[in-house]
Amino acid sequence: MKKGQFILSVLVANHAGVLTRISGLFSRRNFNIDSLNVAVTEDPLFSRMTIIARGDEAVQEQITKQLDKLHDVKKIELLTPEKTVLREHLLLKIKVTKKTRGEIVESVNIFRGRVVDFNLDSLTVEVTGESDKLDAFIKFVSQFGILEMCRAGALAVKRGAMADDSDK
Amino acid sequence: MKATGTKVIIETLIEQGCDTVFGYPGGAVLNIYDELYRNSDKIHHVISAHEQGAAHAADAYARVTGKAGVVIATSGPGATNLVTGIANAYLDSSPIVAITGNVALPLLGKDSFQEVDITGITMPITKHNYIVKDVNELADVIREAFKIAQSGRPGPVLIDVPKDVQTAVCDFENKKPEKMERICSVTEKQLEQVAKLISESERPYIYCGGGVVISQAGEEIEKLAAKIDSPIGFSMMGLSAVSADNPYWLGMTGMHGRYASTKANSEADLIIAAGVRFSDRATGNKSRYTQYAKVVHIDIDPAEIDKNISAYFGLIGDVKTVLTKLLAKLEKKTHTQWMDKIQQMRIQEGIQFVKDGVMHPKDIIEKVMEYTDENTIVATDVGQHQMWVAQYYRFKKPRTYLTSGGLGTMGFGMGAAIGGCFASGCKKTVLFTGDGSFGMNLNEMATAVSNNLPLVILIFNNGVLGMVRQWQNTFYDQRYSQTTLNRKTDFVKLAEAFGATGFRVMDIKMLKEALDTAFKTQGPVVIDCSISQDEKVLPMIPPGGSIDNIITR
Ligand SMILES: Cc1ncc(C[n+]2csc(CCOP(=O)(O)OP(=O)(O)O)c2C)c(N)n1
Ligand SMILES: [Mg+2]
Repeated sequence: MKKGQFILSVLVANHAGVLTRISGLFSRRNFNIDSLNVAVTEDPLFSRMTIIARGDEAVQEQITKQLDKLHDVKKIELLTPEKTVLREHLLLKIKVTKKTRGEIVESVNIFRGRVVDFNLDSLTVEVTGESDKLDAFIKFVSQFGILEMCRAGALAVKRGAMADDSDK
Repeated sequence: MKATGTKVIIETLIEQGCDTVFGYPGGAVLNIYDELYRNSDKIHHVISAHEQGAAHAADAYARVTGKAGVVIATSGPGATNLVTGIANAYLDSSPIVAITGNVALPLLGKDSFQEVDITGITMPITKHNYIVKDVNELADVIREAFKIAQSGRPGPVLIDVPKDVQTAVCDFENKKPEKMERICSVTEKQLEQVAKLISESERPYIYCGGGVVISQAGEEIEKLAAKIDSPIGFSMMGLSAVSADNPYWLGMTGMHGRYASTKANSEADLIIAAGVRFSDRATGNKSRYTQYAKVVHIDIDPAEIDKNISAYFGLIGDVKTVLTKLLAKLEKKTHTQWMDKIQQMRIQEGIQFVKDGVMHPKDIIEKVMEYTDENTIVATDVGQHQMWVAQYYRFKKPRTYLTSGGLGTMGFGMGAAIGGCFASGCKKTVLFTGDGSFGMNLNEMATAVSNNLPLVILIFNNGVLGMVRQWQNTFYDQRYSQTTLNRKTDFVKLAEAFGATGFRVMDIKMLKEALDTAFKTQGPVVIDCSISQDEKVLPMIPPGGSIDNIITR
């Protein structure tokens, strides 16, 4: 997590337009959003959004309260980084030659990634982890030449068995 | 029973207690209008000249009755014409339910004739909105829309209904409308802490906003003032909450507030703010605003607490409920020194006021007050005339004052006066407007005449966009860019062309004669009042300034 960043886990109604409503609120209220991830939950009536936003405590409070006012928002949790499992997902296409292939594969292994596609002159790998880890990996392999990069916003769940306890 | 979508719409409107709707027909709502035709004995539809006028009328209807106002418009341009009216209602927390037609489902997204994404357009200016794609959901969506519009902090809700959903058939049963509950999440401990803070205060100031009007908490505010011996100030939206005859009344505070109210606000050691949102127009420089004062902020919307001003205590809940609980914890107090000081401020305010010219706006307003009573609905447009009304009209009862606060919408007045008049049971209604603002929606004169509405419309005719000109005078070295209108419009003939009566008055004597006739006339009357183009709204605090920068002449 970077300075000033915080994690919101938002349970929303799963129907058309909800994503626009949420992202629209951020731009309208002049809030910063760093990443947003959304997909349906185990209950098809709801989707979960994981939002990484930025701002001081006052901004954090305003974002939470303003989100809470949206009719489609069912539950909001502010997750503390220490008590949260946070994962990002990276797909990276890297340029390879006969000479560099070995070193690249080795680095993928060190970062516990996987090779998912394989060509004569390129390798596509996937790596999962916290933001810093992915940054470090990208930095390392950039020397070989990055052909394409695709990185998903963070997913987050609270550690421990307790489900959401900060109900709306 | 089996019902079509349009039947569902009309039945649920009736079920929700709606008997008057404003709107304008068109291709995508033909079926709704057909159903209205058959139910004209149950729902009175008022056709406006323009959908914006209908939206303002619905907004005003809601402000006067406290019930959601309903407006209907066709797809495309009909829907986009509502946008300003919806935004206006949103910023002033007024409950309206807007129903728009849209093209049939298979045509959606194809840039079909008169298709716009009105839910997309109105997302940031509604509390919530819907596009209903399944007729089976329609009835509950409308019920939910009324609930959202009227509960908590009220606001507009829009429902977009594609044409084939209007004709589709479903099962329908009437349901009783849900009762609105007064929300309050304040704890005993909080109340005790606030009571302690109030008992320690030497210079309290009660600050009332629109929330007090909405919550009908004027009585509790008066009790509070009497109990803790505290003056009462108002935001523009809160003005009618407490009668101007109350001895603690100081009137509006802020940029164009009355001197004593703004001064007392800035010198208080405790601001008890109820149903306000601390708009920049009301506070000016925010750090100076709370330099000496702690703030107790009572509001139903949790997001308002600490949004603009950080509160020492935030009490979340319906203002009336919170105040009733708080009153029980308070002890009687007197603040002789502070009240003496307030008296000095009032005297100062009186001395500051100087007027020249033949007919000062204050004179016009005071003359009109001789004809109106405490129940008369008074609407305004936006500009200097609006501020003069806020400063000088002595409102006595909540829900009698209709003005565009948050959005500052020129052109609000005519629609608002019409909606307000209908809501009052077609009693005499007064509109104070400006020559600029009136130009924006004077087409609604046609609506007023068609319905023979007893409107008395006073145009403060200074020949200029006075409010903008005042800023140009004060902050732009008198470069009057595009604000000197001096149009050749003859408002008397214009009124007559619409089928109304018109007068032009140059002085108070002529005004009196015109008012004598106007208050006896059944239909709308326009009184074009000639005033000086250089008259300023005073006092004024420059934007971002404070009482230390107040301009009094
Ligand atoms: C729709 C709209 N456009 C522009 C403005 C900016 N504006 C605020 S007050 C004002 C002048 C209003 O003129 P008039 O109605 O004659 O009132 P006066 O100030 O002269 O009393 C203008 C242009 C506005 N508030 N609303
Ligand atoms: Mg003018």
